[in-house]
Amino acid sequence: MSKELIRLRDLCMAYDDELVLDHLNLYINDKEFLTLLGPSGCGKTTTLRIIGGFTTPGSGDVLFDGVRINDVPPYKRQINTVFQKYALFPHLNVFENVAFGLRMQRKPDPANPRRKVKLPEEEIRERVLEMLEAVSLKGFENRRTDALSGGQQQRVAIARALVNRPKVLLLDEPLGALDLKLRKDMQIELKRIQQQVGITFIYVTHDQEEALTMSDTIVVMDKGSIQQIGTPEDIYNEPKNAFVADFIGESNIIDGIMVRDQLVQLYGRQFPCLDSGFAPSEPVDVVIRPEDIDIVPVEQGQLTGTVTNVTFKGMQYDIIVDFRGFKWLIQTTDHSPVGARIGIKIDPDGIHVMKKSRYSGLYGDYSSFSDEYDELDAVEPEEGGDEA
Amino acid sequence: MKPKLSRFAIPYVIWMALFVVAPIVLVVVYAFSNDLGGFTLENFARMGTYAVVFGRSFKLALVATFICLLIGYPVSYLMSKEGEGFQRAAMVLIMLPMWINFLLRTYSWMSILENNGLLNQVFQKIGLISLYNQLFGTDLTYFPMMNTQGAVVLGMVYNYLPFMILPIYSVIMKLDGSLVEAARDLGANGASVFRRVILPLSLPGVLSGITMVFVPSVSTFAISKMLGGGTELLLGDLIEQQFLGGAYNPQLGAAISLVMMVIVVVCMVVMNRFGEGEEQAVML
Repeated sequence: MSKELIRLRDLCMAYDDELVLDHLNLYINDKEFLTLLGPSGCGKTTTLRIIGGFTTPGSGDVLFDGVRINDVPPYKRQINTVFQKYALFPHLNVFENVAFGLRMQRKPDPANPRRKVKLPEEEIRERVLEMLEAVSLKGFENRRTDALSGGQQQRVAIARALVNRPKVLLLDEPLGALDLKLRKDMQIELKRIQQQVGITFIYVTHDQEEALTMSDTIVVMDKGSIQQIGTPEDIYNEPKNAFVADFIGESNIIDGIMVRDQLVQLYGRQFPCLDSGFAPSEPVDVVIRPEDIDIVPVEQGQLTGTVTNVTFKGMQYDIIVDFRGFKWLIQTTDHSPVGARIGIKIDPDGIHVMKKSRYSGLYGDYSSFSDEYDELDAVEPEEGGDEA
Repeated sequence: MKPKLSRFAIPYVIWMALFVVAPIVLVVVYAFSNDLGGFTLENFARMGTYAVVFGRSFKLALVATFICLLIGYPVSYLMSKEGEGFQRAAMVLIMLPMWINFLLRTYSWMSILENNGLLNQVFQKIGLISLYNQLFGTDLTYFPMMNTQGAVVLGMVYNYLPFMILPIYSVIMKLDGSLVEAARDLGANGASVFRRVILPLSLPGVLSGITMVFVPSVSTFAISKMLGGGTELLLGDLIEQQFLGGAYNPQLGAAISLVMMVIVVVCMVVMNRFGEGEEQAVML
């Protein structure tokens, strides 16, 4: 059974009257890979910086192992950070970068326990080399850091943090500067390292795919508050509101009315679903993932529409289908030509009903192609860079 | 591939040729010739006579540079930690004296340091001089401050301090804040962050500050003339005398200049070796 390691209690934070964190409550378990996911300015980096000790929350508490650590400076926390642009020391070589934290450490002198002494040089050497090996950088000890590739610098940064044997590793969009291929490799590598060292990773990203790949738990944030916490499967399959549905994966978000438990009405048609617990005739948001829609002959379809656009994506076709003026995105392996009339069928478990929220109606009919989506998807500028 | 010179570089090339290359060539030619224009090494042979002046010049310039560093580094560092408004104001205050004519600034120091100048009057008023007399059994009516090596060093420090502050300040300002955070994250307290990250990374600024203070200090003549009263002859004065003064001997003057130049260049090269591998020094 995993135990709670960090608890954030009622955190509030404002910069220049702008609320960055809005009564945030979160607990993080020992040894879990937790991802703070959200668009630029959602407060995820601020949350990370508060855990790391670089930012003091406006109000609220940070508890580490049950102890309040609001006022503990970063250098006294058992937490290490991998920074967005790695922040490797340019005047030190790879070995000295990794050894930096160890050279800062003091331990009781075996001869005189009241005195603190530096770690012996052999121990430092041994631990640094061991860590460099763990991140596949054996033999790079004497390299200058600026002579390394982005992925290598990344791994030096991880080794530099992990060599101190922290209880928690914070990672602030560490893969942002890498190219796609390397990013995918590093995702797997990071997950492997996390399982190997067996400590808590708290990972900040705006990339939903990264979050889904690596995390045990995903915390979706927007506008300073948590929208949903759950496993990647939960978040993807049962989004709590239109924001989460739109941010994670691609989705069609449609206005609906809950007729009764397990029956929802879209466009005047009734669809069986698995959701219950809504008031009769309650207006709801309905999420249908593009891959959950089956194309069938017109006469067998629950709805019929016209194909307006087809894009070949390699693994599948992205088809835009017009249903009485509402455009849906459908992902299918079957090709349908533009202009074709098609029918669609949706299984009950493909329909996700959500309560109306302040995000309702924000994402248009086929949200993935709307302007809002593009904004959210835009590469995040250096959030938090000027927040010190 | 041979880089092609842009047409727009021509004025610059002419400028450099006229005002940098030509004077150096002239200095070299003069240094190796006698007053009839023939080749000779005699000018260098006479250099030994002036060893004292060389020594004194380098000593005073070193002391002045060291004091500038002692004042300039903390000032730059503390300034960089203040708010933007404070930094701008401080920068203006540091630059302001440089907008006043160099001679004027130095003259005003004369009237401050004079035997019956401002400082001595203040010392007299607050009883410092009589206190000193009581303590040490002396019989002074003023502290002799003018025409001392101390006054010359003071003049150097006063005039060249901004050249130490500016490069250090700009290097510290450009320092990536996340490096400091990384160091703190890795267990470094304030003192360690400074010693292990900020100080080594600001070294290029320190080196260029040292260069920019040392070079004008070692070759100054106005300061030593005005505040040293001509009793503390420096290299600059010596050279000036060879060209403009009674000891007219441009060949010797050129030779002294050349030797000084070589020594300074060697010093700079050796120093920049220390900074090698560091980020490029910020030259202003």
